[in-house]
Amino acid sequence: MTAAHSYAIPRRVGSQRARQLVNYTMTGLCALAVVVALVPLASVLWLVVGKGAHSLSLAFFTRLPMPVGEVGGGVGNSIVGTLYMVGLASTIGLPLGVGAGIFLAERGDGPLGHAVRFTAEVLAGVPSIVIGVVAYGLIVLPMHHFSALAGAVALAILMIPTLARATEEMIRLVPPSLREASLALGVPAWRTSLSVVLRTALGGLLNAALLAIARAAGETAPLLFTALNNQYWNVHPLQPTASLTVQIFNYAISPYEDWHDKAWGAALCLLLVIGILSLVAKLTTRRRVNA
Amino acid sequence: MDAEPSKLEVQSLNAWFGATRAVKDISLAVQAHSVLAIIGPSGCGKSTFVRCLNRMHELTPGARSEGRVLVDGEDVYRTDPVHLRRRVGMVFQRPNVFPTMSVRDNVTAGLRLNRVRADYEAILERTLRQTALWDEVKDRLDDSAVGLSGGQQQRLCIARALAVEPEVLLMDEPASALDPIATAKIEELIDELKDSYTIVIVTHNMQQAIRISDFTAFFYLGELVEHGATQQVFTRPAKRETEDYVTGKFG
Repeated sequence: MTAAHSYAIPRRVGSQRARQLVNYTMTGLCALAVVVALVPLASVLWLVVGKGAHSLSLAFFTRLPMPVGEVGGGVGNSIVGTLYMVGLASTIGLPLGVGAGIFLAERGDGPLGHAVRFTAEVLAGVPSIVIGVVAYGLIVLPMHHFSALAGAVALAILMIPTLARATEEMIRLVPPSLREASLALGVPAWRTSLSVVLRTALGGLLNAALLAIARAAGETAPLLFTALNNQYWNVHPLQPTASLTVQIFNYAISPYEDWHDKAWGAALCLLLVIGILSLVAKLTTRRRVNA
Repeated sequence: MDAEPSKLEVQSLNAWFGATRAVKDISLAVQAHSVLAIIGPSGCGKSTFVRCLNRMHELTPGARSEGRVLVDGEDVYRTDPVHLRRRVGMVFQRPNVFPTMSVRDNVTAGLRLNRVRADYEAILERTLRQTALWDEVKDRLDDSAVGLSGGQQQRLCIARALAVEPEVLLMDEPASALDPIATAKIEELIDELKDSYTIVIVTHNMQQAIRISDFTAFFYLGELVEHGATQQVFTRPAKRETEDYVTGKFG
């Protein structure tokens, strides 16, 4: 007994030192990974703010773009166009994505559910340019016209799969005991889904929706040959429409120094729009969690 | 046993989870305005049995049941489960208040979600007084129900079940997650409730069964071993297994 004891103690002290060393090393490696991950993020912010900030002015937010060589002008129509198309895309994409997610969570255990889930996963992995081509084929070609609608449909297709999976996850996080509590009160299944399960998941759903919207706002490829671009104000769904992302692309590939500056300014605008959306998402979720 | 009619009658009930038979050919009757305690070791089918009575069992994927359950002579497997559950209420093992709702909305949830027109304020006060919760929560009716203690949440769940005025109340170990004081309050409540309701309560706690029940059923390995007046089951059990269990030889 005593022998076993005296043997066990030094052994444990030795292994404890080794364990602490491993612990410190691992913590250090994790911290390093965080720093490495933050470097590109911080440098993007640094570069965009540094190069774009001096372009920002009230006129930049409110004016139309100017031809090359003329001073001033802004990206007002692009900001409106981005918000407009993202709004239109959300109108199409949110009900479909959230609806599909509810279906997957509530009735998704059968073969149809598996098929839908698989499709959503594949669709989520499709490059956004391909989705742009699809929208081009589905809407632009038959209508013989680039349009905000085509852009919005492309963005909506992009939003649906991620939104469906996020919605499903959020609903599955709701404890089954809440559903049982409601059913045991004699509440019909459909009303239980809506008034209890969905309501409990609402905070997470809002967050998922706003992230999907923010992601759509940052897409260029699906808009390149659907909404095209427009030098003027437009909120007509069947007309070509400017967007921040396509505007950045056009400015950036131009040979003019002046336009390059504007590309940085527009990029900063886009970051602001997406940042504000994400902030709203965070604040809404936090308020709901605390409520 | 007096001549009260059976409120609840179970005839050859069997229940399965997939291929596992959890409840084996159980028949018993429950008198109106009495308390039936179901005792037995873990995994003996108590909860499953109770969940068959309001057709919650069949909601579990892969679960099914056979046999007849009669409420006032009416076969529950031939009635609409939604209507059945309004007559046969249930309180679960763990408090499951609706986290997005206030105390007030939790109590009246069954009425509001079913679009029942009623004097909500009166029902709110009555059920909260019945569950001895009124004095504790009357100043925080509009706060989230999640802020209440575990014992308060469980009593809130009972108030919520009472608000829809069921005829039968099923309680699946309602006090197992509670401290002795909260448990005592719930036991007092059960004693009061049996004037208006018929109660079936699953419990792990044999002292609790003795304190609150008129009748006791002892389940073992999915079978009903013994069923009789509580007094008799605990003092003069007819079966050897019952005696071993109630005297603590296994459990």
